Amino acid sequence: MMSDTNHKIYYYGHGIPYYQDIEIKGKLIVIEGPDSSGRSTQISLLNSHLEANGHAVVNTGLKRSELISEGILWAKEHHLLRRRTMSLFYAADFADQLENKIIPALRAGYIVLADRYIFTLMARDAVRRINQRWSHNLYGFAMKPSLIFYLDVEPRELLRRVFEKNMTLDYYESGEDLGLSDDLLESFLLYQQKIKQQFIRMQKSYGIIPIDGNRSIENINLDLQKKIDQCLSTNNYTCIK
Amino acid sequence: MVIQQTQQKVKEENKYGVTGKLIVVEGIDGSGKSTQIRLLEKWLRFRNIRVFLTEWNSSEAIKDVTSKGKKKEKLTPTTFSLLHATDFADRYERNIFPLLRAGYIVLADRYIYTAYARDMVRGCSPLWVKKVYGYALKPDLVFYFRVPVDVAAERILSGRPKLKYYEAGMDLDLSNDIYESYRVFQSRIIEQYEKMIKNENFVVIDGTSNIEQQQQLVRDKFDEIVMKTKSDNNRGQKNDE
Repeated sequence: MMSDTNHKIYYYGHGIPYYQDIEIKGKLIVIEGPDSSGRSTQISLLNSHLEANGHAVVNTGLKRSELISEGILWAKEHHLLRRRTMSLFYAADFADQLENKIIPALRAGYIVLADRYIFTLMARDAVRRINQRWSHNLYGFAMKPSLIFYLDVEPRELLRRVFEKNMTLDYYESGEDLGLSDDLLESFLLYQQKIKQQFIRMQKSYGIIPIDGNRSIENINLDLQKKIDQCLSTNNYTCIK
Repeated sequence: MVIQQTQQKVKEENKYGVTGKLIVVEGIDGSGKSTQIRLLEKWLRFRNIRVFLTEWNSSEAIKDVTSKGKKKEKLTPTTFSLLHATDFADRYERNIFPLLRAGYIVLADRYIYTAYARDMVRGCSPLWVKKVYGYALKPDLVFYFRVPVDVAAERILSGRPKLKYYEAGMDLDLSNDIYESYRVFQSRIIEQYEKMIKNENFVVIDGTSNIEQQQQLVRDKFDEIVMKTKSDNNRGQKNDE
């Protein structure tokens, strides 16, 4: 049972000044992790689990805003954007969803399950040598979640899963824009390793909970369910220590 | 304080081997700044100086998204701010910064000060906005075209029949009457510009005086600041990143 208390909204930085004093009822749960780490599988299982327990759930993710996602896809296809432009474009997409979807749902008492959040974006920026303080300030308008998980999968295992699903490697997920290696497969492994290191770096300061994603779907889900159910039963908005 | 800033600036420029010069015009729509910067551009071309003109909100990759958002009136202050920041980053990474390093005179029709003024009036956190644009080089020269709001409105309306939704600040619910809203919104922008004059070293031009007089002032100032330092300053260091 989720309690019926209203909570203040907490931001990472300067926040959204015109949304400073609003109250929220729901909780925001974030699942981070690379492509093929099992995020969407886990999220759809969690959806069913939460709904079975009587919670109303809203899903959100990166590059899903009505307004901006198409523009990002188009630009990516044409390899048009430099690193900082890409970073800000994603930030705009995220802001659109935060204001038009996440915050309204939380105010109405929904549980919001986010398929990735600002941490993936900050990790990508950092790997592209964008100043970390700059990224941290940029996402200062983002609200703090109730829980943040990171599905941690070995890059070699990711590679196996990506090939099994798509038969080919994606340009950006392989970090090909970084010129890490002439060999795309090598580039993929190096890039994923770098992203992983960024998540390790951010773990403590943001309270990200690493989840061993090399295990079976069921085991991972039980693990997530347990932690989420526990968080939902508490009175506080955030369960991040 | 000013000396410190100047030293800091020289240090940053040297780091990237910036040998070009950055000239900016600012002011509300209808202040006459675009006319003046185009005249300056022609004059420089006539003198065989390598020059590049860049305009606010003109990047090909972002334009469609921003105009869609404006047309649908779906932009929040934060997404409005971030989309313009994306547009700026694209032009900065693609043209402004590389061309400055290549020794060009870069002319910018609006620069970071437009974002400062508009985003602050819209209610974004001032410090946040400043840091989002924190990577951008300070210009060598900023001309601020000062006009009363009524003069600007008259000029705009003589060219086209209607005021636009966002330029009138209609998203801020200042007034149901678009002309009244425009007046209040643009007056607040002017207020922000006026506050920046001293700290940001604006050269103030009376935008109500005649075009030839204004252009003469612009050219004289250009020669005084830019041509002098350009000839006695040889700062072509290699990029050390």
